[in-house]
Amino acid sequence: MPKVKIPRKSTNIDMTAMCDVAFLLLSFFILATKQKPPEVLTVTPPASVSSKAAPDKSILITLTQDGKTFLMLGDETRKAAILSNINTTKGLNLTPAELNKWVKSPFVGQPLNQIKSSLNASVVTPPNKLPGIPTDSTNNEMIDWIRSVTSAYAGTDQRKLQEMLLVKGDQSTLYPVFKNIKQAFKKNEIYKFRIVTSGESVPAGSELYLNPPKAIN
Amino acid sequence: MAEMDTSSGGGHKKGPGVKKGKKLSTRVDLTPMVDLGFLLITFFVFTTTMSQSTAMNMNEPKDDDKSQLLVRNSGAMTILLGKNDQVYYYFGQLEVDKLSEQFKSTTFKQIRELIVAKKKSTPIDNLMYIIKSDKKSTFKNAIDILDEMSICAIPPGHYAEVDMTPTEEILISKTEEANGIK
Repeated sequence: MPKVKIPRKSTNIDMTAMCDVAFLLLSFFILATKQKPPEVLTVTPPASVSSKAAPDKSILITLTQDGKTFLMLGDETRKAAILSNINTTKGLNLTPAELNKWVKSPFVGQPLNQIKSSLNASVVTPPNKLPGIPTDSTNNEMIDWIRSVTSAYAGTDQRKLQEMLLVKGDQSTLYPVFKNIKQAFKKNEIYKFRIVTSGESVPAGSELYLNPPKAIN
Repeated sequence: MAEMDTSSGGGHKKGPGVKKGKKLSTRVDLTPMVDLGFLLITFFVFTTTMSQSTAMNMNEPKDDDKSQLLVRNSGAMTILLGKNDQVYYYFGQLEVDKLSEQFKSTTFKQIRELIVAKKKSTPIDNLMYIIKSDKKSTFKNAIDILDEMSICAIPPGHYAEVDMTPTEEILISKTEEANGIK
């Protein structure tokens, strides 16, 4: 019986197409995504149907899972003013050099009375070891912080300030922590602020789904 | 792996004495380039955030006696948030002798139907949802219920967050004990 000759084919595949796909995907990801902003600590915010994007420049209060509170002053133009304001009003006695150093630190995560010592400390405490800003009802330092923020922004567009005030909390943060933050806002006569959430689609069939609002304020 | 295609493609005879120049293929092996591409993709996928976080508006009422709202009993629904994502609710005002009938427990999955049912059965002017969060409830619960209000298109001003009364705290802890929620 004559053997059937199977023609030997090369195993080389043309990689051009695959290369195209890879780089197409790559460019998509570069363009469609955003670099993660530096985060104090990882928090998973709850979901909401709100579709407004959170602003990049913000005064962000972060509530971690274990109930610690951190403050991030994202607006570089006013950061120095806020910090020097709280320095004078709360009598922190920081030297100009210390104040300069403080402006460079990304966030605040310690009680006011520990700030001077932490600025002079040789070893930088990692964020997850910081005690956080106390917000108990007896000693709510967030009230002082928000007062300094409002006075630094006095005379500017208050609506812009309200848009910048963000609260970002972890899903499992207990409610009283959030209540203390609300209290701190209220004490400074700020009744509008915003909460950072992860986006979620509106459930089908709900009223919001059937009659979407024309303009959300 | 590199493929060297040196076939000069059929005997194209040139004149005698003309040496055949070796034709090198212009084909390059693209495998390493594909590898690099996918490596970069994975890098970008891990270091970036796809979904932009959104911001939800919060409007707090002013804490003064003048703006105290009087709510009609017939239009009020009180939603209480307990620990372990438990939700309790009652309509109107709690009456001492009817506590067990009034005070009911539910979950976040079912609360939407109850909110919508209440909205449909009540004239909009009387409608009021009172939200009370327990000390053990989480931030997520508080946001979820506010989100539920916007999903059900409850107009602002018809729901409010209020502090819990001691009676309600006791009721919640009793119900939790009875239902074995720790």
